[in-house]
Amino acid sequence: MQAFDVIIVGGGHAGVEAAAVAARMGARAALVTFDPAQTGAMSCNPAIGGLGKGHLVREVDAFDGVIARAADAGAIHYRMLNRSKGSAVQGPRVQADRKRFKAAVQAILAQQAGLTQIAGEAAALRLDGGRVAGIDLADGTALIAPTVVLCTGTFLGGTLFRGEERLTGGRIGEASAQVLAAQLRGAELPMARLKTGTPPRLDGRTINWAQLEEQASDSEQWSMSAMNSARALPQVFCAITRTNPASHDVIRANLHRSPLFSGAIDARGPRYCPSIEDKIHRFADRDGHQVFLEPEGLDTHLVYPNGISTSLPADVQLAMLRTMAGLEAVDMAVPGYAVEYDHIDPRALRPSLELRAIPGLYCAGQINGTTGYEEAAAQGLVAGMHAAAAVLGRAPAALDRANSYMAVMVDDLTLHGVSEPYRMLTARAEYRLRLRANNASTRLTPLGIAAGMVGPGRSDWFARRAESREALETALEGEIGAAELARAGLSVRLDTGKLALREWLRFGGIDLAALEPWLAEGLTSDADLAAEVAEDAAYAPYLARQDSELRELRASEALLLGDHFPYADTPGLSNEMVERLHRASPATLAAAGRVPGITPAALAALLVHARRRSGSGNLAA
Amino acid sequence: MTETIFALSSGLPPAAIAVVRVSGPHAGDAMRELAGHLPEPRRASAVALFDPEGEVIDRALVLWLPGPKTVTGEDVAEFHLHGGRAVVSALEAALSTMPSLRRAEPGEFTRRAFSNGRIDLAEAEGLADLLSAETELQRRSAMTMAGGAFSQQVEAWRTNLLITSASLEAVLDFSDEDDVTLLPADFAQRLELLRGDLAAWLARPRAELLREGYRVVIAGPPNTGKSTLFNALVESEAAIATPIPGTTRDVLTRPVALAGLPFLFADTAGLHDHVEDEVEAIGIERALEALDRADLVLWLGPEGQGPAGTGPAHSWDIASQIDRSGTALKKNPRHAISAVTGEGMDALREDLVVTASTAMPLPGDAALNERQHQLLTRAAHVLGEARHESDPLLIAENLRVARTMFDGLLGRTTTEDMLNALFGRFCIGK
Repeated sequence: MQAFDVIIVGGGHAGVEAAAVAARMGARAALVTFDPAQTGAMSCNPAIGGLGKGHLVREVDAFDGVIARAADAGAIHYRMLNRSKGSAVQGPRVQADRKRFKAAVQAILAQQAGLTQIAGEAAALRLDGGRVAGIDLADGTALIAPTVVLCTGTFLGGTLFRGEERLTGGRIGEASAQVLAAQLRGAELPMARLKTGTPPRLDGRTINWAQLEEQASDSEQWSMSAMNSARALPQVFCAITRTNPASHDVIRANLHRSPLFSGAIDARGPRYCPSIEDKIHRFADRDGHQVFLEPEGLDTHLVYPNGISTSLPADVQLAMLRTMAGLEAVDMAVPGYAVEYDHIDPRALRPSLELRAIPGLYCAGQINGTTGYEEAAAQGLVAGMHAAAAVLGRAPAALDRANSYMAVMVDDLTLHGVSEPYRMLTARAEYRLRLRANNASTRLTPLGIAAGMVGPGRSDWFARRAESREALETALEGEIGAAELARAGLSVRLDTGKLALREWLRFGGIDLAALEPWLAEGLTSDADLAAEVAEDAAYAPYLARQDSELRELRASEALLLGDHFPYADTPGLSNEMVERLHRASPATLAAAGRVPGITPAALAALLVHARRRSGSGNLAA
Repeated sequence: MTETIFALSSGLPPAAIAVVRVSGPHAGDAMRELAGHLPEPRRASAVALFDPEGEVIDRALVLWLPGPKTVTGEDVAEFHLHGGRAVVSALEAALSTMPSLRRAEPGEFTRRAFSNGRIDLAEAEGLADLLSAETELQRRSAMTMAGGAFSQQVEAWRTNLLITSASLEAVLDFSDEDDVTLLPADFAQRLELLRGDLAAWLARPRAELLREGYRVVIAGPPNTGKSTLFNALVESEAAIATPIPGTTRDVLTRPVALAGLPFLFADTAGLHDHVEDEVEAIGIERALEALDRADLVLWLGPEGQGPAGTGPAHSWDIASQIDRSGTALKKNPRHAISAVTGEGMDALREDLVVTASTAMPLPGDAALNERQHQLLTRAAHVLGEARHESDPLLIAENLRVARTMFDGLLGRTTTEDMLNALFGRFCIGK
C-alpha cells in the first residue's frame, strides 16, 4: 500500500498537467496510467493551440505547466491565426511532431520531483464515508490518497462508428473501467452522451504536393511558451486543398451509410467542428470546403487532413478523398471514424472541478464534456491545483472570468453544462480585451508564484521581466509635444499639444516603434513585453470602462450561495428555476446570474433570501 | 420562510372604502381568524369581521385570492372596510396580534410581485410611477410602462443586437475557416438603424416631467406680486402675500393639475442686490437655484432682464399688478395680468397648458425615467463609437457594452442598488 496526497488517473493532457502542478506545489503526486509510454500522446489532430485554445495554452504555461513547452519542443509549423486582427483574438497554433511532443512531455514529467508514475489500471475508487480515500489497481494494489483526479477521457461507454462497423472503444481495459463507471453511476451523477469524430490519415508519399497551395511556417520567431524563443526543429509547410462538387456527390450518394444520418448516433456533435457529411448536408449551397493537409511529424509520412472528419464507410472515404486536387492517387493509412461517449454533466462539479457528490474526487478533461487538448490541459491544471491546495491547506490561485480563459471555461461548464463538446472561443470571454494570449504571464504568473505552482526558473524570469516592464511603463509617462513628433515625420494633429507617450499610443497610426527615439536604449528589447505594454496603453480607455463593471461583478461574487442553498424553500422561485439552480448549484449570486434561463425575478428572489439567511439585513430596510 | 405582511392599500382614511391587503402564506389564516371561514376563492363576499376578543370590527367585503396567480404571486386576502380611521386601526390591530404577520415595508408588495416573477423590472418601475400618478396623463403613461411596452421594445433591440454581434464574433473566432471571413454588407447599416431607434426614444420627454410636474418658477424683484400670482395659480392662500418687501424668504412649491397636466409652481424670494438680512440672502440663493431647475420662468421684473441662458428653457415677461396705477408698464409682455382681479389669468393658464403639453410625453406613450434614460444613452453612445471604430475587436467590445445596457434595462443584471432605488420609491401597502 502506497500513500500519496493526490492520485491522478489518466496520462492524457489533463492528467499530465494535474500531476505536474500538484507535484510543483509540493504535494506527493501519483500519475496512474495504463501505459506510461503513451503519456502525453496526441490522439487526434497533431496541433496545439488555435483561436481561444492558444489562450488556454499560454495560461497553463503562465502557471509553469507542461503543454506549451512540449509544443515548442515538438513544433514543426508555427502559425499565428488572426494575425491581422487585435492581439486579444490572435491564436497561436503549432503543429507538433507527435513523437517528439510526447517525448518532451515525458521528459518534463521525469524531471519533476515529487511525481511518481505508476503503470496500472485504475479498477475502483476507494471510498471512506462518502469521501474519496484512494484507488485500487486491477492487480490488487491499493493506492491511498485524500484526493483523486479523474482524467480518463472517453473511457465511459465509448463506441466507435465507421459506416456500418461498430467497435466498443476506450483505451482503458473494459473490465476495470466498468467498476469505476458503476461507482460513478452509483453516486447518481448526471451523465449524458456526446460524439466527436476524426478524419482519415493519409500517406503523404501519395499526395501530389506540387499542385497544391503551400502554407509556410511563420517567419516571425514567436513561441508557445514564454520560456522559449528559438525554433527547436526544422519547419515544414502545410498545403491546402478543397472539396468540390464531385466530392459532395460522393458524400451525398452515401449519406444513408453514415451513422450520423442513419440514426445510429443521436448524441450531439460539435457545431463548430462538424463532420464533412454534416457540412454538405447543412450548407448544401456551398460548392467546396477548405481542407488543410498537415504533416504529422518529421519522420512519418502520415498526413492529417484537417476539415473532413467523417464516419462514412472506409470505401466512401477513399472515393471522396480521391476527388480532391492533389489527392487523386492518395492512399488512406487509417480511415476516419466517429466516437460516441458518456460524460459527466459538469454542473455536478464545483468551480474547483471537485464533484459535489463525492468530496475529494476531481474530474478534468473530456469526461467533463469538453473537446481539445488545450481545454483538457487547462482543466487538469485547475483540478490538480485545487486538489493539491486542499491537501496542503494552501490557497489556490483565485481565478475569475476577468483574469483567465480557464475560469471562463470552468464557469461555463459548471453553470451551463454542455449540449455539445465544449470548445474554447474568444467570444466566450466578456473581458477578452484584458485576456490576451500575449499577456498571460502578466495576468497569471504572480498568482502562480503565490500559490507555489511556479518553479524557480520561471520565477526569476518573471522578476526580471517585471523590472523591465516597470522601466518601460515609467518611460511611457514622459511627455512629448505634437510639434516634436511632427518634426520626426509622424502624422499628428499639431493642436494636440503635449501628451504622455502612452497617450500618444492611443491615437491611430502611432505605434511603439515610432516612439523609439524618445525611449532609452534597450527598453523595448523584449519585443513581446513591449507589444503587450503598448497594447495596454491602446486599450486603456476600454479597460478603464470595464473596471466599474468588474467592481459590480466582484460585489455579487462576494455573496456566497454554497452547495446546499435551499432553492426549493426560496420564496418566489418557480419549479423550473429551482430545478435549473439546483443542477448548477452556483457558488455565488453572480454565478447564479450566469445560469442560463435564470430570470431577473429569480435573481432578485435569491438575493433577498440569501441576505435574509446570512442575516445581513433586509433590502428594504 | 416568507413572512406574511399587511398594509392599508388605499388612501389615508377617512374615505368611503378602505382596502387592507394581506399577502403571504398566512393570509388565509388571517382571513379565517377574522371572518370565521375562508370564502370561495376570487368571489367577493360580505362577512362580519371579529377581533380576537370577539368584538365586531366591521361588516366588510372580503376577497380570498390563493397564490400564485395573484398580484404578489402569494396568497392574498383583501378586506374592503368602511373607511373610518377607527375601523381601519381596529383591523390593523387585530392583524398585528397574529404572530406570523407584520406590517409591510415600503414597496414590499411590489417587490414580492417582482421577486415572484409577476412583473419585470420595467413593469415594476412603471407601477411605481402609476402609484404616484396624480394626473390622468401620468396615469396613462405609467400604464403603458407597466403593460410591458418598453420591455418588449428592449427585448427586440437586444435580439437585433445579438444577431449583429454574432456575425462579428464569427469573423473573430472562425476567420481561419473560409465560410465566415467577412462581415455582412449591411453590418454598419444595421448598427446605425439600431442607434437611430434608440435616439428616437431618447428624444422623447422624460418620465420625471410627468411625475414631478412641469416646473414653473415665479421670479422677480421684491414686491412685484409674485406671491399673489402664485396663490392665484395654485388656487389657495399657500403663500403669505403682503405689501412688505421680502415677505417670502424661502422657495414655496405646490403641485397643481391644470387641464390634466401636472405642474409644479414655485414662489421665490424677491431678487435684489443690497441684502443685509442673512435669512433673506439665503432665500435669494435658493430662488436662484430654483431658477436653474425651472422648465419655465414667469418673470415679473424689468422687461427683458429675466434669467436666460443656462437654467430654464425659457422665461416669459409678465406684466403683473395691472390693476394698480403707478406700476411700470412693460411694452411687450407675453401676458398682462392682475392676480387680484383675475384679468388675463385665463389666458396665462391656457398658454401654460399649451406650452407644457408640448414638453410632456404624449398620452399613452411610454416615457423613460432617469435610470432608463441613462442606460439607453450609454447604449446609443457605444453604438455610435462602434461605428467609428475600425478594429473589429473594439467594435465587438462596444457591442458587448450595449448588450449589458439592454440587460440592465430588463433587470438582467440585478444589483442591490438598483433594487433599493426602485423599491424605496413605493408608498407603503401598494
